[in-house]
Amino acid sequence: MLDALQAVDVARIGTKDDFYWTLHAVFVKRHEHSILFDQAFRIFFRRRGYIDKLIAQMLPQTLPTAPQAPEAGAQRIQEALFSGNKAKTEEQEVEIDARLTVSDREVLQKKDFAQMTNAEIAKAKEAIARLALPLDEVKTRRMTPSRHGRLIDMRRTLRSSMKAGGALIDLKYLGPRVKEPPIVALLDISGSMSQYTRLFLHFLHSITDARKRVTTFLFGTRLTNVTRAIRQRDPDEALAACGAYVVDWSGGTRIATSLHDFNKHWARRVLGQGAVVLLITDGLERDADDTLAFEMDRLHRSCRRLIWLNPLLRFDGFEPRAKGVKTILSHVDELRPIHNLDSMTALVRALSGAPDKGYDTKAMLRKVA
Amino acid sequence: MAVTPLPDSIDATLAMLAKANYVADRSLATVLYLALKMGRPLFLEGEAGVGKTEIAKVLSTALGRRLIRLQCYEGLDVSAAVYEWNYGAQMIAIRMAEAQGEGDRDRLEHDVFSERYLVKRPLLQALEPDPAGAPVLLIDELDRTDEAFEAFLLEVLADFQVTIPELGTVKAAEPPIVIVTSNRTREVHDALKRRCLYHWVGYPDAARELNILRAKVPGIAKKLSQQVVAFVQALRKEDLFKSPGVAETLDWAGALTELDVVALDPATVSDTLGVLLKYQDDIAKLDGTKVKALLDEVKSELRAAE
Repeated sequence: MLDALQAVDVARIGTKDDFYWTLHAVFVKRHEHSILFDQAFRIFFRRRGYIDKLIAQMLPQTLPTAPQAPEAGAQRIQEALFSGNKAKTEEQEVEIDARLTVSDREVLQKKDFAQMTNAEIAKAKEAIARLALPLDEVKTRRMTPSRHGRLIDMRRTLRSSMKAGGALIDLKYLGPRVKEPPIVALLDISGSMSQYTRLFLHFLHSITDARKRVTTFLFGTRLTNVTRAIRQRDPDEALAACGAYVVDWSGGTRIATSLHDFNKHWARRVLGQGAVVLLITDGLERDADDTLAFEMDRLHRSCRRLIWLNPLLRFDGFEPRAKGVKTILSHVDELRPIHNLDSMTALVRALSGAPDKGYDTKAMLRKVA
Repeated sequence: MAVTPLPDSIDATLAMLAKANYVADRSLATVLYLALKMGRPLFLEGEAGVGKTEIAKVLSTALGRRLIRLQCYEGLDVSAAVYEWNYGAQMIAIRMAEAQGEGDRDRLEHDVFSERYLVKRPLLQALEPDPAGAPVLLIDELDRTDEAFEAFLLEVLADFQVTIPELGTVKAAEPPIVIVTSNRTREVHDALKRRCLYHWVGYPDAARELNILRAKVPGIAKKLSQQVVAFVQALRKEDLFKSPGVAETLDWAGALTELDVVALDPATVSDTLGVLLKYQDDIAKLDGTKVKALLDEVKSELRAAE
């Protein structure tokens, strides 16, 4: 705000246009906000029809004869200006099973998420939060002091030599610095996945907490980046924030369209530095065609490792009869079940790059292919 | 040497850019003027090839300031960005001191870690006083470095100072003009953006692109330049993986001039498509019939406009 006053003062505004761009320079820090700023500016500085417009903005859905659809961004501005009237976002709750079952830890580990009771889900959440993500590391081009490195660290060598007045040269070494590769998760939140969505979100929340670079996208009929929302400390707040972002909870699935969106707008931005992609979906695509194959191929080529997590694999007789499943299958590095805590733990182990004895990727791919 | 004064209004900024052959729109001139006036870094984001880096170059020419460029990359660290010691010279100095029987350790250390043995890298150079005025510091493609380096930049951009443990803190008497660019391959942290003025450099509209083309490729025929711009503009509306930027337009116009083309025809466009599009998928999408259809559309629009 102070910046804005200073800027307005400095620019000695003559025209409205200059005023617009001056405020734009100060307030807009992200390209996406430009459209919101534009809306807000126009709403704020409108003279005629100001009230009428505001009313129309407040009630876009309840006026069936509204002359035109609200402009892009209008909905969000409306929410920002009149947050009291904000429509409650629907949230998909995990279905509650009312049966009274006594579950000990052993059962919990094997139990399908879809069949858990409320209490069991709470326990599962705790267990997920406890899953420690081991370090999967890639070498970077940066250097760090290392005892077994091969390059001589001149800066430290010289400093330590000075202690002996330059008489002794005590060589210090540098080795490559290692860091965890980014994880990008694409989570299907369509109707067929609804029993799993919340727990997966918990899982993603816990790994987001543990690692620096985890990017999460939710998709049903369209793609939403919820990384910022999910980064909040409290898992319930984080999940609620995700809910507020997403408009297509439990709708249909359009995997190809969502992947196209991802490839075009996000792939170059989040898949750098050897990212691992977790594609969490049952693969039940409404309209599978060549586009899906094309987008899967592109996704596969632009990341280091593409892991498909499919909760449907819990059924022993799972066969990839759906066309979408077959298409996806030919483009992934790994296929894993993810329907209970055991499989989630196995996944966490696999992400560490450690050999996973209980699970043979190739056999799994062969089995279902 | 007299210091070129900074422009004193948005119009003056616009005129300054135009004089240096950069065709800017008013929004860019406004934000640039503010950045200069308020002494704040300017953060420019946008697709590759829309002229972000060019702005820094033009500024340095127009204001007669030195341009210091820090090209960011993944392994960039402090020794490549700020300073490094000249180890070879230091070693020799130590040996010399030994040979002369110099025994004072403290003095030797003080001598060896003095400014004489300091190799200045871009960020440190940018803090140095210059008779022509503070230099233009271009931090190019910031999104290529990692978060650690970004965090380090915060101190530099906020206070225009860096700390060298052996020498102390170096602070700029006059802050440099800082331009930061990003291709948005990853999101840059809010803390850094907060210290800067932000501007999204988009693709220009047809009129402005035509002006840019005429300014940068002076020999180009009028008809060809119109067709080139209209075709590229139409191409940007297609669903491509990577739309051509202004740089590609200029390259293409240059290529067509080299080939002595005076007007576009489908065959020439198809043959030179590699100058505009850099992804096989995109080139495959634009087969002969598609190119012809686009070109016909463009030509009829141009005729209608005449």
